[in-house]
Amino acid sequence: MAGIVGYGAYVPRYRIKVEEIARIWHESAGHTKSGLGITEKSVPATDEDTGTIASEAARRAVIHAGIEASEIGAIYVGSESHPYAVKPTAATVTQAIGAGPNLTAADLEFACKAGTAGLQMVMGLVGSGMINYGMAIGSDTSQGRPGDALEYTASAGGAAFIVGKKDVIAEIIATASYTTDTPDFWRREGASFPSHGGRFTGEHAYFKHIIGATKLIFEKTGTKPGDFDFVVFHQPNGKFPTNVAAMLGFKPEQLKQGLLTPVIGNTYSGASPLGLAAVLDVAKPGNKIMVTSFGSGAGSDSFVIEVKDAIESKRQRAIKVWDMINDKTYIDYAMYLKNNRSIKMR
Amino acid sequence: MRDVAIVGVGLTKFGERYEVGLRGLMAEAGLAALQDAKISSKEIEAAYASIMASGRLTGQEHVAALLADQMGAKNIAATRIENACASGGSALMQGYLACASGMVDIVAVGGVEKMTDVTGSEATTALGGAGDQEWELAQGITFPGLYALMARRHMHEYGTTEEQMASVAVKNHENGYKNKYAQFHKLVTVDEVMKSKMIADPLKVFDCSPISDGAAVVILAPLEKAKKYTDTPIKIVASAQASDTLGLSDRDSLTGIKAASIAAKNAFAQAKLEPKDIDIAEVHDCFTIAEVMAMEDLGFYKKGEAAKAIADGETRLNSKLSVNTSGGLKACGHPVGATGVKQAVEVTWQLRGEAGDRQVKDAEIGLTHNVGGSGATAVVHIMRRTN
Amino acid sequence: MENAPAGSWRKQDATYNMTGSKCEKCGTMYFPPRIICRNCGRDGKIKEHKFSGEGSVYSYTVIRVPPHDFRNVAPYTVAVIKTNEGPMVEGHIVDNGKKVEIGAKVRIVLRRMTVDGEEGLIHYHYKFELV
Repeated sequence: MAGIVGYGAYVPRYRIKVEEIARIWHESAGHTKSGLGITEKSVPATDEDTGTIASEAARRAVIHAGIEASEIGAIYVGSESHPYAVKPTAATVTQAIGAGPNLTAADLEFACKAGTAGLQMVMGLVGSGMINYGMAIGSDTSQGRPGDALEYTASAGGAAFIVGKKDVIAEIIATASYTTDTPDFWRREGASFPSHGGRFTGEHAYFKHIIGATKLIFEKTGTKPGDFDFVVFHQPNGKFPTNVAAMLGFKPEQLKQGLLTPVIGNTYSGASPLGLAAVLDVAKPGNKIMVTSFGSGAGSDSFVIEVKDAIESKRQRAIKVWDMINDKTYIDYAMYLKNNRSIKMR
Repeated sequence: MRDVAIVGVGLTKFGERYEVGLRGLMAEAGLAALQDAKISSKEIEAAYASIMASGRLTGQEHVAALLADQMGAKNIAATRIENACASGGSALMQGYLACASGMVDIVAVGGVEKMTDVTGSEATTALGGAGDQEWELAQGITFPGLYALMARRHMHEYGTTEEQMASVAVKNHENGYKNKYAQFHKLVTVDEVMKSKMIADPLKVFDCSPISDGAAVVILAPLEKAKKYTDTPIKIVASAQASDTLGLSDRDSLTGIKAASIAAKNAFAQAKLEPKDIDIAEVHDCFTIAEVMAMEDLGFYKKGEAAKAIADGETRLNSKLSVNTSGGLKACGHPVGATGVKQAVEVTWQLRGEAGDRQVKDAEIGLTHNVGGSGATAVVHIMRRTN
Repeated sequence: MENAPAGSWRKQDATYNMTGSKCEKCGTMYFPPRIICRNCGRDGKIKEHKFSGEGSVYSYTVIRVPPHDFRNVAPYTVAVIKTNEGPMVEGHIVDNGKKVEIGAKVRIVLRRMTVDGEEGLIHYHYKFELV
């Protein structure tokens, strides 16, 4: 079966602390930190966007996989912040890694789960024998409306996975999805910031879909929480994944390595992929990993993954997620606005 | 080829000439040159106009015909020469060649730039086109940025200091203080230069030539007919030009301008002179580091030794070699297309003994050094008093 | 100026990936790419050549007074980089918390260079980060 043959991750180096955002709106940083389970978030540089983050992650994935970019037959980039409304980020990535022109590519959008949707698509293409290698990327430079709770969490980052059948570092044993039409979070065409349903985003959206997909894959694979060494859930804040893990019967130590939101914020389409990349950074052959993403609107994709021997020989080529997380520069709210290109120049 | 002399010169005041436009500047310098040569517009047979970026800075292209018309020279052959900041030197060379060939007798060479009709940011972008647009300007590498890259490397290789570079500005402001045509009449100290606003590290605003409006015109005639117009013809004894790669990073060295050293070598050979024979030099100090490199490229100093010599005062007015008596680009101003022609105007005044407070004693031989872009073009002329 | 799209498109191999050229006759490498070898002239044999994107800082400056299109990123560091292959190239050094100095090692990254107004193209370009 198809598996991951290489991956690459990218987290911008700038961070803004909850205290700094709270200072602007005269809110209590303490309440926000305990309420959202987050202390700081990543911020892209002025010259970074979803395309550059996706390209950097993709370049790292090609190096990690040890393949030629020209062997890649499909590239899908999932994001809710594609730089263009019309003009594919996937084509930018294709050019940036020196792949193509003999490949298929497209941009995907499914709120925070477009990256894992892409992963399923390339699994299908590789599994069916249509292509030898496919790349799925989740990348975002997400925006929260100033003053909104989302401003504390909406951040930037991404990860790319190359799926193939040769030199697999982690086999994808199974995948399952759970999708309904649920209006928990949306952004209309032309709107700068998303809107959301406040507390409605919890039980009927995040929890229902994550639990739905995860239970489906338990059934499908005959597994239970205790069978897994690591678990990664979509992480819009620090609390939801912690709670859903407990509700499903996972232990905090299974969640810890892939839980990044408390220190980098919600990287949206990058969130579950970055969590998985962080787990693969340390996973040993034989380890089992459960991943369940969530995208508003709403749906979840679950994956059961088993780590293979080839991971050891490729490990030194990986730029580790937690190393990137710890290599950071703090900025204040004014620099945050400059980096976000929010300072009006005309 | 016959000998050619400068028989008339005219200059506008350089600076922020808000009250006058492109054609007004041309006419002002043109009229001064006609009066200086006591020549009729009708006698002019050809004109060469140097301007770098009139299209971007004023919207006007096709400026040579405009120059001819503004000077009252009807229906003559008029040609624009553009070689970035070396346009003036190149136009002078073309005028020299036209006259020397015997094809025409009286040639007007006019340089002009009107830079204050656009914002400073737009002017910065326009000037950036003197470098490699696709690989430098497109990356936001400005003109000061290119010279800063050279300065940083010069400091690294030769121990040149920011204070030594500042001394170029101090000297040129001293000279400009005595020149009524200069943009700045203000003395500066090394300390003031050092404390001025950083533009592109290590270059500060006082290391940079300003954005200026201005025009300069010289009138050339065959030497054998020159006495008809002037008692003191200034003979052009050498005219040499060389080029190099447009982009800085393709050059053999960042610490000198190879095109300038080649042009200088050829000019000295043409004139059968050596650097020690030169009494005054107008060199292209668009940035202070540029004057340091010029002194080395022209052979006045060995590589790495000019900065200290300048700081020690060896190139001040009436010292070992008087450099940039006009105030240079730094203090007199740098209306880009006018600069190379203005250098010839200043040398003419000096060799005639008409430079007033800033007159160099017994000046007989002068040199002009005009550089385009970050060194992709360089033009050197040597001129000699003949009376 | 309002740019039409082909100007940046035709340079993409070079601006994204530092694809330059190499004369197979004399071995000289070029970036940006060129058609006629500076050494061999019309006898040269120029072929496409992708640079590694690695090198070291040869000289650098910080641009504090930028052209119009760069106002929102100023100040920014630019450098002349001596590539491992030999030729020098100019490029931005992105901030990654390390101190730029002559001799410092760099590698290629992809970033935005300029954006054409509110509705125009985004121009991606190689930049360098210190390693």
